[in-house]
Formats: sequence, C-alpha cells, structure tokens
Amino acid sequence: MDDFLAARLQMAFSLGFHIVFSCIGMVMPFFMCTAHYLWLKRKKAVYLDVTKAWSKGVAIFFATGAVSGTVLSFELGLLWPKFMEHAGPIFGMPFSLEGTAFFIEAIALGFYLYGWNRFHPWFHWFTGVIVGISGLLSGILVVAANAWMNSPAGFDFVNGQYLNIDPMKAMFNEAWFSQALHMCVAAFVSTGFAVAGVHALMILKGKNVNFHRKAFQIAAIFGTVAACLQPISGDISAKDVAQRQPAKLAAMEAHFHTEKGAGLIIGGIPDTATKTVKYALKIPKALSFMATGDFNAEVKGLDQFAKKDQPPVAVVHYAFQIMVGLGMAMLGLAVIYFIALIKKKNWAESKWMLKLFVIATPMGFLALEAGWTVTEVGRQPWIIYGVMRTADAVTPMPGIAYSFYLFTAVYISLAIIVSLLLFRQITMVDKLYDSSTDKKIQ
Amino acid sequence: MVYVVIIFLWTAILLYILLGGADFGAGIIELFTSRANRPRMRKKMYEAIGPVWEANHMWLIIVIVILFVGFPKIYTTVSIYLHIPLVCMLMGIIARGTAFVFRNYDAVKDDMQKVYTPIFVISSVVTPFFLGIIAASAVSGQIDLQARDFLSAYVFSWLSWFSVTVGIFTVTICAYLANVFIIGEAEDEQDRQLFTRKARRTIFVVMAAGGLVFLAAHSEGIPLLNWIFSDVPGIIALIMATISLVITFVLLNRNKPVMLRLLAGFQVTMILFAATYSHFPDIILLKGGDNLSLLTHQGQFKTIETLGYALLIGSIFIIPALVYLIYSFQQKKGNTSAH
Repeated sequence: MDDFLAARLQMAFSLGFHIVFSCIGMVMPFFMCTAHYLWLKRKKAVYLDVTKAWSKGVAIFFATGAVSGTVLSFELGLLWPKFMEHAGPIFGMPFSLEGTAFFIEAIALGFYLYGWNRFHPWFHWFTGVIVGISGLLSGILVVAANAWMNSPAGFDFVNGQYLNIDPMKAMFNEAWFSQALHMCVAAFVSTGFAVAGVHALMILKGKNVNFHRKAFQIAAIFGTVAACLQPISGDISAKDVAQRQPAKLAAMEAHFHTEKGAGLIIGGIPDTATKTVKYALKIPKALSFMATGDFNAEVKGLDQFAKKDQPPVAVVHYAFQIMVGLGMAMLGLAVIYFIALIKKKNWAESKWMLKLFVIATPMGFLALEAGWTVTEVGRQPWIIYGVMRTADAVTPMPGIAYSFYLFTAVYISLAIIVSLLLFRQITMVDKLYDSSTDKKIQ
Repeated sequence: MVYVVIIFLWTAILLYILLGGADFGAGIIELFTSRANRPRMRKKMYEAIGPVWEANHMWLIIVIVILFVGFPKIYTTVSIYLHIPLVCMLMGIIARGTAFVFRNYDAVKDDMQKVYTPIFVISSVVTPFFLGIIAASAVSGQIDLQARDFLSAYVFSWLSWFSVTVGIFTVTICAYLANVFIIGEAEDEQDRQLFTRKARRTIFVVMAAGGLVFLAAHSEGIPLLNWIFSDVPGIIALIMATISLVITFVLLNRNKPVMLRLLAGFQVTMILFAATYSHFPDIILLKGGDNLSLLTHQGQFKTIETLGYALLIGSIFIIPALVYLIYSFQQKKGNTSAH
C-alpha cells in the first residue's frame, strides 16, 4: 500500500469513527435533558431512571468522541503537514473557538454527571443543557472548518503564497451554513432513530416496557422532527454545491455531459469509460430544478473538468444514492409516526411500528457516513478546493501503512468494546431500575 | 498580541502537566501500589479526578490548536519528525481516556474490569513517557531537517538517552503530583499515612530521575547545565524549586494538604520555567544550530490577533466555570458517585 493511499484511508477511518461517536455525544445530551425535565416537572421515577441510564451513555460517548477528536487534531499534522502549514493559520479560527466550546462541554459534563443531589435541581439540569448546547456549537464549528476546505475563503492565493489572511472570513465561508445545518440535522436524525430503534427492540422483547416506552418516545420524536427537516437542508446543500463545486454535484449525479434541462438520475451504475449510466431511473429536468430552481437551467457535467480534476464518480454517486435513499426511508417512517401521534393513537403502540423503528436503527448512521463520503470524496483531488491537491499535502514520512493498520486495529477494538458496553447497559436496565410503574416521588 | 498567545501556550502546557499529570499519576501509582491497598487507592483517586477528568485533557487540545493556528511551521515540523512518538502518545491517550470511562461506567462489574484496569494503568505510564520524549526531542537538537534516510530523520530525531531519561522524569513527576494530591483526599489517618509514605518515596524517585536526565545530557553533549545556570532567572527558579521541595518534605507529616498541593504545583512550574526560559523564544532546537522561534515563525498578524482574542474570550468562559467546578467538588466531599 503506498503512503498516500494509507494516509487517506487512515484519515477516512478516523473520521468515520469519530463522526458516529461525536454525533451521539452531541445529540444524546438533549434526550437526556428532556427526560430530566420531565422528571423535574412530573416527578415520575421512570423519567429519573431514563435520565440516569442515558447519562451513562453520554459519558461513554463523550469520552470516546473526545479521544478520537484529540487524535484527529494530531492526525491533521501527522498525515497532512503541508496542508496544515498553510491552512492552519487560515481556517484555525473555528478550531480555537471549538476548543472553548469543547472545554465548556467537558466542565459542564463534570457538573452534570457528578452533581446529583449536590446542586439546586434546576441548576443541575441547566448544566446538562449546557453540555448539549456547547456540544452542538463545537459540532457546528468543526464543520465550518471542513466547509472551508470545500469553499476556501479569507486569503489571497498569489504565486503559491497565502496572503492577506482573514480568519473570520475563512470561518464564515460560503459553505459553512449549509454544511453545518445539514450535519447537525443529520446528527439528530441518526441518533434519534438509533436510540429509538434500540428501545423499540427492548419493548418488543417485553423487558421493562414502561422504561423503554418513555425512552423510545423521546428519541423517536426528536428523530422524526429532524427527519422531516432534513430534506429542506438537503435542498439548500444541493443548490450550494451546484454553485460552488459543480464537479462534486456532477459526480454525485453521475452527470457526465453538460446539458440544459438536465434529468435527475436515481440509482444506476455509472460507467466512466463510456460516460453512461446503466439501469438508472431518470426524472426529466429534475436535476436542473434541484440545482438551480429552474427546470431549463444548464447543469455542468463532468465533461467540463479535466480528467485530473474529477472526483471518483462511482464512489460519490453510490454514496449519494445511499444517503438520499436512506434519508427518504426515514422520512417515510417519520411521517407515519407523526400521523400515529396526531390521529391514529393505536398505531404508535403497535408492534409493526416498533418493528419499523428497529429496522431503521442503523439507517441514520449509514446515511451519515455516506453523506460524509459525498462531501469528502466529492472534493477530491483537492484538499483545499481549487488550491491544493491532496497528493501534495501528504507527509514525507514513509511507512504510513503500518500506522494505518495500527489505528484501524485500535478503532475496531474500541468499536467492539463500546458496543459491548452499550449492550450491557441496555440489558442491565431491568436490574438497575425498577420502572415498571409510573410511581411518583415527592 | 503574540505575547498573549505565547503566555496562553505556556500556561496551557503547564496546566496540562499539572492537572493532566496528576491524572496520569493516578494510574502510575496504581501500578506501584500493593494489591491489598489498590481498591482503596483506586476509589479515592476516582472520587478525586472523576469530575475534572475530562476537563484536564482539554489543555492538550488548546496547546495543539495554538500551535497549528499560530505557529504552523513549528506544528508541522514536530508532526513530521516526531511522528512515531506522537503516535505512541496518541495510543496512550486513546487507551487511557476510554479505559477510565469504561471501567467506571460499565453497568456490570465483572472480569472485564481485568481488561480495563491494566489498559488504564499501562497507558497512564506510556502517555507521559512519550510526552517527555517529545518535549526533550524538541529542545535537544536531535531533529535534523537535512536527514534523508528513515532512521536519522524519523527515529534518531527522538530516540536518545536524553529523551528517554526526560520521559522517565516526566512519569515520576506525574506520580509525584498525584501522590501529593491524593493526601488531601484521605479522610482517615490510615489512608493519610499510606499516601504520605508513598509521596515521600516518590520525592526520592523524582530526584533520582532528575539526576539521570543530567547524566544523559552530559554524555550526549547537551548543554543542560548551561541552559539552566547561564542566567539568573533560571538559577533562581531552580533554587526556589529545591527550597520548596525541602519544605514539602517537612510538611508531608503535618496535615496541610492544600499547602502541599500548592508547593508541588510551584515546583513543577519552576522546573518548566527553568527548562524553557533560557531558549525563549526558541521552542525547537534543530541539529546544526538552527532554531524554530515562536517570534520569527508566528503566523500572519491577523491570525495571531484573532487567535489572541479567541483565547481571551474563551478564558472568560472557561476559567470561572473550571474554578467553580473544582471548588464545588472540593467543598462537598462525600457522595461523589455518578451512579
């Protein structure tokens, strides 16, 4: 394996791992605080139990997200020193602020986890809210930094020199809003469906049903609201990408030839040699509408870009199809659940509904990984879009393959241990908490 | 503004050594505690560091962010030439950060604890050891930008007796900090005596390790003595550290935990001061006499300015919250369990 490929794979693995843990760590505190709020308001013991059980999940995911994030801050330099040498001073602003947000999150988590019966109940609850808000803020800031790689701003690139650096302009680059919005909503969708799915499974198994039903409702409502919002943010993202990174959009859609009134391709197998897509469903003029809001607008195809400036079409296309497909499936389920909540009460309690949620458990995270693949692979061959190539940024140190094997082994074992830990947390619920009734505590 | 950023950088390094170090020390002294005393010691340590555990490690992130935003050349030089020890340190950070949480948050306390605990203990030693190696390599002129072969560019840039002894010294410092810290956590006389005994032993170990650093520096021609004794502030710092160490030794027997903590913190501050003062503003000394300086290798004006403001604004939020966190958990001892 050559060093460049190894470095890319290691980065992909580290990010792919971190993204799951940090999303859960970012969203779970909101679920936890909702349960906590209900406990403070309604004084039903079951809400206290749900809060405490979730807080352990938050602690585990926060720790894992924090260490994998620490590793990433080093890996940027270990793997891409030439990128960091130039980019660090430009896009560092969101990272500096993220440091603050993350620090506050860690402090607030200390208050929250160890603060039971030590502080005023509402102050204690408030520290939990701070965990959620600062976590969300750090997520937004990190994505803003990533958005800069897709939409470089805040400097002048003259003869290989990076001049007139303006870190604030770099942070508020054109892509930051659409990317951060899409990512945050995605975090809520994926975590909501994953948590709801796990609790749905436990209800189906008939264990500690009252506890799991309360937990399921909170997570499912968060997930469904987010799933319904996601198409809006997806639309904003699509228009944004079409404007700023036409090559990425063309790869997402396997749109080989520039044309007016371009059709939207769904599924299919792109063939880069013949520049065709086999077995695809095509909706006439839909791509032009999606990208620009005008059915007859011209959409740039891959033919507008030199071969060496094109992202890998197949990977980006498949990843995009997977993301959208899963997103639509979750949207469908969200709509059904909404109807159930508002009109058909008996649906919400039914087995088939729970089964659907169980099936949807991994969907959000698969969509998340796919979406991230679209963003990152779609930017290739650039590490700073249009400015620096990924191949020019890699470390001169040989033997990165060994580092890749090492990190992969570590991440796989971590994933196994965390899964085991969660499994044990969930199966111990009926031993740790007696939540069979809605008893009240004064 | 660059001085504001440098002060933040130095302070963040210091706080990482002090707070993160005490944290690492918890694992190190667990390794050197008899099996019988281990559960008691582990419980005390967990109660003491649990609430501040996550926050302690943020200092390292702050250091890294300041380096890559404000001093990118320094960050990338370290990243390239010290790749291997950095990866080793990262492995330690991953293993330790997760094992701590796993062993305290696993819903079932069973044989898995036999997996988490050794991981926690071993990585508590590995992480500061490589941290020491990295710090030593930065200032000992081992990094050779002209090196072309793998060994001299990526291995001998950090592997030397000097670096190894500094690594060991760092480990002992962490153990010392943790030992002094835990004396204040002891609630009964028996615990207090146990921890006091350990702290006293650690002082000797720290001094021995410090001696080794000087020997290694001498044998490898690193002018460590010159650095420290070439200017008055360095000498004063060393004298102050020595005096406070003697005071600590005397006070160990009396019940003055807060005083002891302050003294230990002061000693480490003085050691870091003495070690960095003489080459300031240079931070990386390269082979052949070239140096990377914080002043000449700073980022562009606007970057340093915004970084400075970001740090100042950040600290307005962080410092009061952190102080209140530490204060409130020191005030109300007792039920510290998260369960």
